[in-house]
Amino acid sequence: MKKLSIPLLLALIAVGTVLAAHFELLDLYIQTVIMFVGVNIILSSSFNIINGYMGEFACGHAGFMAVGAYVTSVLNLMLFTKSKAFGPPLLSPDLALYFFPVTLILGGIAAAITGLIVAVPSFKTRDDYLAIITLAANFIIVSLFINMDIVGGARGLMGMKQIIFAMEDIVFIPWMLIWVFTFTYLTVFIIRRFVTSTYGKGIIAIHQDEIAAEIMSVNTDKMKLVAFMLSSGLAGVAGGLFAHILGYINPNSFGILKSTECLVMVYMGGMGSLSGSIIAAILFTLLIEGLRFIIPAADTLIHYLPLIPDTFHLSQVLKWVIIPLILVILMQFRPEGIMGNRELSDFFPKLKRFYVFK
Amino acid sequence: MFDSIFQNLFNALQWGSFYSLIALGYTLVYGVLRLINFAHGDIFMVGAYIAFFLSIFFFKGDLALSGSTTLVLVIPLTMILTSICGVTLERIAYRPLRRKGANRLYVVITALMCGLILENGNLAFLGASRKSFPELIDKVVYQFGPISMTNLKIGVVLSSIIVFFILNAFITKTKIGMAMRAISYDKFAIPLMGIPIDTIIVVTFVLGSSLAGLAGILFAMSYPVLDPFMGALIGWKAFIAAVVGGIGDIKGAFVGGFLLGIVEIMAVAVFPSTFRDLIAFSILLMILVVKPTGLFGIAKSTKI
Amino acid sequence: MSLLKIEGLTQKFGGLTAVSDFSTHFQGNELMGLIGPNGAGKTTVFNIVSGFYTPTRGNIIFKDKPINGLKPHVVTGMGIARTFQNIRLWHDMSLLDNILISQHHNLGYTLLDSFLRNKRYVDNEHRMRTIAMDLLEQLDLIQFKDERPGNLPYGVQRKIEIARALSVKPDLLLLDEPAAGLNSADVQDLIKLIAWIHKEFNIAIWMIEHQMAVVMSLCSWIQVIDFGKTIAQGTPEEIQSNPAVIKAYLGDDNI
Repeated sequence: MKKLSIPLLLALIAVGTVLAAHFELLDLYIQTVIMFVGVNIILSSSFNIINGYMGEFACGHAGFMAVGAYVTSVLNLMLFTKSKAFGPPLLSPDLALYFFPVTLILGGIAAAITGLIVAVPSFKTRDDYLAIITLAANFIIVSLFINMDIVGGARGLMGMKQIIFAMEDIVFIPWMLIWVFTFTYLTVFIIRRFVTSTYGKGIIAIHQDEIAAEIMSVNTDKMKLVAFMLSSGLAGVAGGLFAHILGYINPNSFGILKSTECLVMVYMGGMGSLSGSIIAAILFTLLIEGLRFIIPAADTLIHYLPLIPDTFHLSQVLKWVIIPLILVILMQFRPEGIMGNRELSDFFPKLKRFYVFK
Repeated sequence: MFDSIFQNLFNALQWGSFYSLIALGYTLVYGVLRLINFAHGDIFMVGAYIAFFLSIFFFKGDLALSGSTTLVLVIPLTMILTSICGVTLERIAYRPLRRKGANRLYVVITALMCGLILENGNLAFLGASRKSFPELIDKVVYQFGPISMTNLKIGVVLSSIIVFFILNAFITKTKIGMAMRAISYDKFAIPLMGIPIDTIIVVTFVLGSSLAGLAGILFAMSYPVLDPFMGALIGWKAFIAAVVGGIGDIKGAFVGGFLLGIVEIMAVAVFPSTFRDLIAFSILLMILVVKPTGLFGIAKSTKI
Repeated sequence: MSLLKIEGLTQKFGGLTAVSDFSTHFQGNELMGLIGPNGAGKTTVFNIVSGFYTPTRGNIIFKDKPINGLKPHVVTGMGIARTFQNIRLWHDMSLLDNILISQHHNLGYTLLDSFLRNKRYVDNEHRMRTIAMDLLEQLDLIQFKDERPGNLPYGVQRKIEIARALSVKPDLLLLDEPAAGLNSADVQDLIKLIAWIHKEFNIAIWMIEHQMAVVMSLCSWIQVIDFGKTIAQGTPEEIQSNPAVIKAYLGDDNI
């Protein structure tokens, strides 16, 4: 029973949400928010491999997300839809449902290979120089897509909703929600198993003392390669999901701001804490979406009181003042993040009675 | 063909000057604190906005001073106000962390976040409309054979060179400048020499931010449309320039800035202009992969 | 058969010659000492042997294979383990994890196995854990297995580092100043420990040490270097009475 408690709970949440969505108990906006929570969990927990467990300071996660998003979208558009850029569908749209996870994984693999441009320099450099390399990689990837006319250049790429429609034509259930749940679980599962194996603990050894790790038999170059490729590959999967949730993508949505979002989530949750990353991703998404309503409400409130001139309105941009401010304050008072490098079960040892994580 | 090369080279020097001025600020702070001050690009943006409001006040306001008088007043005032902004950031955000002995990483993240706050705070409170900078001095075009130069561009290039030599003299000749260089080697010895560490750090931020302020004025005069995110991309690029030069070394930052300017302008001369960032960043990435410590940086040997 | 043979080893850093023309030879399971004043280049020799530096010149033959220029983790996998002068444990993970990770060269499973947690994964993790637990048992460290090394006393940390090096199952153990920072009671325990390890595991041990009591009571052969050059070698008795060694340690007494 203990072995099954977590999977059962998770399955219950997923099935419950999907059913609620199917019988239109959840409106589309709430569904989208739930899916963004999933994507953000994948992003933050995969970024945590590098910035948390391995202790590097990479700041270009969104670049890999972009690669995954574009590769998955282009593959799907090419295979299953009629579009101006890619011509008639190569396969019957009936197959979209079965190939969708495959294209997502292919997007992830493409992103993992792109991860090499960051992984290889990381053999020799650390810290600030690596930060720059990752940053430059992010800029390079984004401007590559801007200059690629076939995928729409700076205007972006659209039409991915048709793939969802093709899937829904076969069986009418909220497919995207199902895929997001599946891949979010899979990501957390893989990362959890990786970092608790002696193999994966090699990257924690690199974090704590890289020279000792190399001399005490850890192949640090290989471990860095594995860590960067795993992390960027999972970011690519997140990108593929993101593209199909929105139905369109644009190179500029994968810029430094998106990478900063990933940084915020990782450090908010705690370096090297998987449950921290998940909690932070949930809180962060809810915060962003919550501010969408809080800011106009606050605006109305302060206009009741004659504090500021009528011409001035609190804008949605304030969101991007509030979120960094939260992180600045967090760094001052709890720099190790919400969870530190501990997991939920370290804080509440009683939880262990109810489950085993294998 | 050659004419256009020289013309481009001259334009490259102008862009290089902006990059250099900003890169110097990055490198100064890094040299002293081992901190990447990611907010520095936005300090440059703040400088440009301060210059804008001051110019409007003196030039267009009730005072209606002449353009050149305004410029003479605006330059020092902007530099002072921008450095106040930089030092404030240091005081309220970085110093408390340093006092607590927090991991260097947390300070870097704080800096990154402060940059975002400055950008978006500006956007939220001043609105999205772009500000256009008043024309303070009349444009004069000089023709040197086929190359045309404006007085403004010459001014930009000259001031960055002059600033570099003044800065170089400052850090090699004065006591506090030498302390700035020494502090990165030994944090504990400097207080023993009778200079409080916080004084040195404040001086560093004053220098760095005032240079960013100067770059802000010059940039606003050359490209008179201001927006809150103008500092972001140019800031990142200047930072990369500083790293390519070998961060921590002011000569490296100066050369790196000009190098980046030249690479970019040459890239645009050959490829479509949307390739500018792509090529610039790719070349810089390659330099870093080949020589990870930058052009003037010295590899630190690891000890066991 | 020779275990380790070093010939004409020279290491230059820029203009500085840290080690010059260093040679040594291990037949099988000797316990040898490497001594010399501070900055003589002792740790540099260890760093070269463990693969951290690639020597400017010279050959290092370990079990009949040249190892100069190999990566440190490869060298370790071949059977050379070491400890560090200033303890370099992974301070923020449990003692058991420290001992497990140092068996990374011998994992026996792949990344995919770690995701799937198949039989190969379970068996190999079990095997490594058994090795680690046995070692901790033998070295009397088992009660600390879940502690973080950073929270333990200095003497225990030294012992953990030795345990970690042993988990590699080395044929040659390099000890870099194992007695540094220990009090005299701990030093006595350390001497016993090293002698016991030498006998029990039947491996070669090479140590750098400043405390003469340790070197003289343990080592069968001692090599003395100064400014990167070998100035003497011999049995402890010979070294103690060697004028060149006394001069290197105490300075020139012809005032």
